[in-house]
Formats: sequence, structure tokens, C-alpha cells
Amino acid sequence: MTEITDALTRAHRDEWARVVATLAKRFGSLDTAEEAAAEAFATAAEHWPADGIPPNPGAWLTTTATRKAIDRIRRESTRDARHREAQLVYDIETEPLGAIGDDRLRLIFICCHPALAMDARIALTLRMVGGLSVPEIAHAFLVQETTMGARITRAKAKIAAAGIPYRVPLAEDLPARISGVLAVLFLIFNEGYLASGPDTAPVREDLTGEAIRFARLLHQLLPEDGEVTGMLALMVLTEARRTARVSSTGELVPLPEQDRGQWDAALIAEGHALVRQRLASGEVPGRYQLLAAVNAVHTDGDATDWTQVVALYEQLVRIDSSPIVRLNRAIAVGERDGLEAGLELIDDLEPELSGYHPYHAARADLLRRLGRAAASRDAYDAAIALAENSAEVAYLVRRRDEAVI
Amino acid sequence: MQYLVNVIDSRSNTGTAEEAVAIDAFNEKLVAGGHWVFAAGLADPTTSTVIDARGDAPVFTDGPFVEAKEWAAGLWIIEAPDLDVALTLMTEGSKACNRRLEIRPILPPPA
Repeated sequence: MTEITDALTRAHRDEWARVVATLAKRFGSLDTAEEAAAEAFATAAEHWPADGIPPNPGAWLTTTATRKAIDRIRRESTRDARHREAQLVYDIETEPLGAIGDDRLRLIFICCHPALAMDARIALTLRMVGGLSVPEIAHAFLVQETTMGARITRAKAKIAAAGIPYRVPLAEDLPARISGVLAVLFLIFNEGYLASGPDTAPVREDLTGEAIRFARLLHQLLPEDGEVTGMLALMVLTEARRTARVSSTGELVPLPEQDRGQWDAALIAEGHALVRQRLASGEVPGRYQLLAAVNAVHTDGDATDWTQVVALYEQLVRIDSSPIVRLNRAIAVGERDGLEAGLELIDDLEPELSGYHPYHAARADLLRRLGRAAASRDAYDAAIALAENSAEVAYLVRRRDEAVI
Repeated sequence: MQYLVNVIDSRSNTGTAEEAVAIDAFNEKLVAGGHWVFAAGLADPTTSTVIDARGDAPVFTDGPFVEAKEWAAGLWIIEAPDLDVALTLMTEGSKACNRRLEIRPILPPPA
């Protein structure tokens, strides 16, 4: 029985996106594809225990889902609907063959389409590509199931009504569209990595795990894309430190204090290899590749080489001069050139970042290490008031209370 | 399918000569590509009249049907196979008329 359960779990993880993608292409409707895929997996759960695991579970599921979809269309068909279905199938068949053939890539691009609201893109990606159920997604984002269900339904309705096409974008649009997909994956990862809300676990490994799975799939489909590789490297290097990042008492452990023995050596090796591969390409790195490189430096040897980190943030500031990037550069400069130098750069960002808790946390840390207890306490207070992650709040509170005036 | 493209504006009579030239060139491109269905500029919303003939006698009211800070200053109706093509085309249209645009699918005629 465990064998069957394992096979079902594995099939769901490995085949869900492929089944939905194949059906969406064939029937021209995400709705039909999603329902039929869900029915096929339910049928598998029913039949596999008695009939055994089919030799090719993916093919079995696709065939079963296709039959379910055809049944459903026949059942619900009016002349109008039949006409529409035929039209959609016809439209897809006339599409010129793109360079990138995998249906799952089309599925990812349609779920992350820029004409959809960001929260809809996230929900749709988790449902259609990830195979998470609506209650699971609702739970992950702390909203009511009915709200999440409505969000996904609305997104699917817009895709159908507005004519959002089920295909890989044109070559000239591809970089912008890939960057849109990466933004969705990064948001999912970050919601797991720095979960918000006082009653939420500080790290949601279900979400970080899901985001990494998407990044692996995207990397497999677009192996030459530097930013996709960079995103995967960034995620695995961050994930490698997950268990060391929160103490047994539920407090955030900053990087220099983490027990490096707890880091996941295999993920670090994978991340370093990906970063080296990008360096070897000789191409100018984008934002995610630079962030991955920063994380590679952090996880290399026994301590961070801050000179390299500063150099990488200098490069990043040239691509993206947002105050958050400048804050990270200032922190690195403080470690390289001395705390006063860092503090001076951080203070310059006050007008732009006064509502951003990492700004106050970074100031508080430097002020504390400079022995300016009173100012440090104030900065910790400001950071605590704005922080949302329970482990981070616990860490900041302890540091504040240690600052004796 | 067909899309209605509303030109969003917040002031009246703000079109410039340069914009008119750019819009003409853009329209020619739409025509050449087989995407052009219709295009027009609209007079200021204060010139509009609302008709309500749902009751016994028609009622005419001066002014726009909703007071808004922004309104449609013009429109296109374009033909495009899908939203991606429409978005690519009208990105150029937004540049040409120097305004934000709203793209809405036109419902297909009943079968």
C-alpha cells in the first residue's frame, strides 16, 4: 500500500503539470485541463491499489484525463460550446512551431502572464503548475478558501475572455516574460523563506520547496537562460541554510552566527556549480545571477569575503539602483571598511527606507556593535514595530533587551 | 478577435501636432497589418448627453454618465488573434498617442 501511495505522490509531483499542459493545449481551456487532471488523479487513487501501478504512470494519467475531458465536453456541450472548442483547437493547430516545444513552458507563461494581477499569477502557478489544491494555496497565503477559489476562477475567466494565448512568447518578448515568471517564483520563495504573520511558522518549507521545484523545471526547460540559472542557484543556496537559520527556540540566527555544519552541503555544492557555470559563460550577469553570486560568497569557506560582496553589490546597483539594493551594499561596505562607514551610508537611505524594517534592523546592529546602546535600542524598536516574521521579531527583541543603556 | 482600446486622458484637448503625426503613422501600420477596424478621437466629456428611454418618455440629461477624473479621449477597435499580439501592437499605440490605454475584448457575436 505504501508503494502505491508513494507512486501516487511521485506521479502527482512529476506528472501533474505535464498532464494539465497537454490537455490545455489539446482542449484550449485551462478549466477543462485542470478538472480533467484532478479527475484522472482521483481515478488513479481508486484503481491503482487494485489494478497495480501502470508501467508508464504519466501516459496512463494523460490518457485517462483526456477521456475525462472528452466525456465532460460531450456532457456539457451545447452547439455554441462545441463551436468554441472546435475554434480553440483550430487556433492552436495553426500556431507556428516555436523553438521551445514543451507544453509545460506554455503553461508557466500563461499562468504568469503580465495581464493578470500578481496575486492571481501566484495562485494560478501554484494550482496549474504545482498541482496544489485550492485549500492548500488559500492556507499558504492566509486567505479564505472561497476567496482563493474566486481568485483562480477569475484569472481563468480572464485568460479565456481576453484571449491570452497558450503559447511561448515571441523571441523579442521572451526576456521580459521570463523575468515576469521569475518574479512570481521569487515571491513564492520569499513568502516561504520569510513568512509573514505572527501565527505562521517562520520558514514555510512547503513554499520554498515548491518554488525550488518550479525553478528546477524552468531551468530544465530553459537551460541556456542565465537568469533562470541564477534564480535556481539563489534559491538552493538560500535553502541550504534553512535549518541553521532558525534556532531551537524559534529565533532567527544571523548568517555569521549560524552553525555551518548544519548547512546542506549537497545544495551548496549544487548552487556553487550553477554560479560557476554562469561565470564561465562570460555573459554579463543579471540581477538574480548577482544575488546568487553574493550567496555563493557567503557560503564559501569559513567566513564571508566582504570585498567580493561589495563588488557584486556595486554591479547590482548599476542594474537596479533601488534603495534596498543600496542598503545591502551599505551593509557590505560596513563589514569591509568599518562600521562607521557603513552606518553613514545607511543613514543616507532614511527618507526612502524609513518604513522598511531591514533598514532599521541593519542600523540597530551597527549601532549596537559601535556601543551606542540608546540609539541602538530605538532602532530595534522601529524594526520590531515593522517586522512580520516571528523568528525575526524574537531575535530583534532579544537584541534590544540586551542593549543596556 | 476584436479589442476595444480606450485612450485614457485626464485633461481636454491636450493632443499635440507631434502626437497627431505619430498616431497617423501608427494607424497606417495597423491598416497595413490588417489590424485596423476603427479609430476615432472623442470630444470632451462635458459635451456628452445621456439618453434614458427606458421609461414612458425619453429623458435627456446633459453631461457624462459618470463623473470621473479620467475618461476615454479616443478609441481604437483592432483585430488581433490574441491578447499578446494586441498588447504588442498597442504598446506602440501608447507611445504614438502618448497616453495610457485600456484594452478590452469585444464579446464575440452570438453563434
